[in-house]
Amino acid sequence: MKCVVMGSNVKVLGKAVHSLSRIGDELYLEPLDDGLSLRTVNSSRSAYACFLFAPLFFQQYQAATPGQDLLRCKILMKSFLSIFRSLVMLEKTVEKCCISLNDRSSCLVVQLHCKYGVRKTHNLSFQDCECLQAVFNPASCPHVLRAPARILGEAVLPFPPALAEVTLGIGRGRRVILRSYQEEEAGAQVPPVPGPTDSTVKAMMTEMSIGEEDFQQLQAPEGIAITFCLKEFRGLLSFAESANLPVSIHFDAPGRPAIFTLEDSLLDGHFVLATLLELDPHSQDLGSSQLHRPVPQLQGHSTPHQDDFANDDIDSYMIAMETTVSSEGLRVLPSVTLTPGPQRHCGPGPHSEEEDNDEAEPGPVPGTPPPKKFRSMFFGSILDPIHSPQGPSPVLAEDSDGEG
Amino acid sequence: MKFRAKIVDAACLNHFTRVSNMIAKLAKTCTLRISPEKLNFILCDRLVGGGVSMWCELEQENFFSEFQMEGVSAENNAIYLELTSENLSRALKTAQNARTLKIKLTNKHFPCLTVSVELLSMSTSSRIVTHDIPLKVIPRKLWKDFQQPSVPDADVSIYLPVLKTLKSVVEKMKNISNHLVIEANLNGELNLKIETDLVCVTTHFKDLGNPPLASDDASRDRDPAEMAEVHVDIRKLLQFLAGQQVNPTRALCNLVSSRMVHLDLLHEDVCLQYFIPALS
Repeated sequence: MKCVVMGSNVKVLGKAVHSLSRIGDELYLEPLDDGLSLRTVNSSRSAYACFLFAPLFFQQYQAATPGQDLLRCKILMKSFLSIFRSLVMLEKTVEKCCISLNDRSSCLVVQLHCKYGVRKTHNLSFQDCECLQAVFNPASCPHVLRAPARILGEAVLPFPPALAEVTLGIGRGRRVILRSYQEEEAGAQVPPVPGPTDSTVKAMMTEMSIGEEDFQQLQAPEGIAITFCLKEFRGLLSFAESANLPVSIHFDAPGRPAIFTLEDSLLDGHFVLATLLELDPHSQDLGSSQLHRPVPQLQGHSTPHQDDFANDDIDSYMIAMETTVSSEGLRVLPSVTLTPGPQRHCGPGPHSEEEDNDEAEPGPVPGTPPPKKFRSMFFGSILDPIHSPQGPSPVLAEDSDGEG
Repeated sequence: MKFRAKIVDAACLNHFTRVSNMIAKLAKTCTLRISPEKLNFILCDRLVGGGVSMWCELEQENFFSEFQMEGVSAENNAIYLELTSENLSRALKTAQNARTLKIKLTNKHFPCLTVSVELLSMSTSSRIVTHDIPLKVIPRKLWKDFQQPSVPDADVSIYLPVLKTLKSVVEKMKNISNHLVIEANLNGELNLKIETDLVCVTTHFKDLGNPPLASDDASRDRDPAEMAEVHVDIRKLLQFLAGQQVNPTRALCNLVSSRMVHLDLLHEDVCLQYFIPALS
């Protein structure tokens, strides 16, 4: 594989690497016939991001030398990022960037051709890897929001940098609402303040409400709301803002992944983020009258929790990833990986990652406890749309209460 | 207990934001006292913070175009709230280009100060940001802990030099010592001094001027050249100086020998008093 990026596109590439670096520690680089793809997934497999740079993006693009198989590789995000760390440097001094990958060198070679004939060559050792491909389809999501990146960027600006998750929803009068999401035990999220009172430990709630007219497309019913990680969203937005592209958010019921897409003639980007499945009505509904709720609001923390299960903090991250070893044909058949329970609840997580679950049985497992909130990451096809949006979600992995 | 206020004027909003930024730099949590005429930001750090206290006062009518409040009762017409000052300053930061800012005392599962900002936007659309700042309502019986501190009779009162200069001097001194000696006399001289086993550094300020003495003041009979001195924790002084982004209209330092430093600032119509106890 060999490709050459010229001039201002080097910065675009750099920006994309920056936003990928907010998600995962490893970068999957794969030259395809329809362009160079850069992908990553986070360690809990609740977020996946992919950029595809079309051949036209490059001055020269050759996916494979004739007669050779397509190579793909996995490199450390840190080392790739360090090449593109300073965007100002990229913009001011780099004239050309060559990326090449071949069998013999066993290195991914990135060359920056700078001003005054300076040439920087980075040899990055890489690992052969399976193809990382999340299974998702924006077209299967019934709800779509589309707005210029700047609007969304301004909308997340008021939220504190430390905030982990944000709830996006449609409120009264079809206004789009973004609200800081707080877990029930807000104190656990916030760094302990040495203040004497609990009031100071509780975090500030922020809500942004934007009129429908700022959106290019708003196809979602009032009352729907999803909660996802803000950090990854910010990463995507910073790229989209610099490229001045509109962002489309495709989403479905809470708990199903939200897909964020950017498209341009030269590149497209897809971010798939897990959304929180919240079955505990009052915790997602911290004090706002803006969003419609089917369930009447419960008043405050004084209300005794009716159901201990509802408060059980077992979040499950689930993901279905296709981690097949190569071959285009296999890509159609996703293998499903489930990671039950959050890292702190399930034992050593990875053991289950290699299991291939049969996706034919999404129904409730007998003896399943009542549905509880879990974060789920379904990259695709485990849940047919027919099965789920309403009603209790099928529990795919039996809860492992005692295992802790 | 009710409170509702509104700012529409951009200059007032800026000024109020500056005040809240200053408070956030000076105190992690503070008490906000709301009364019909005034707002006070109060810090009474008796033990934990090493005894620093602060009293910041502003006239509500200089800031708010609408101001309605109803205290706990007719004879105690005030509200005392405890809040994390950074929350307020962060909430106001989003109000930089706001059309209007509304502040309201609300109860959303827990008591909140709700700051609602209507942002200016280019299109016809309106954007509204709402921040719910969690707070604690301070019960009537604890109000006595948050009274305006009495200002003791100072041995020496002196005007301070430009605070930025003072800050850069104190910042350097902090690298060498934890303690600082502030000394001043009635001849308009102020010295900042640090002493360690290895080195002694003193910065002298001259011709700063002293405010006119009240006629019954005890320091009337004082020798103008005699220095009054107070040992303070250098970090406390630096924290105060770091909080001052804008040079105040008037800055006064009152020294009570071996007891405390009282810093008295006037920013347009906001007055700030800051008390740093002497180290024994």
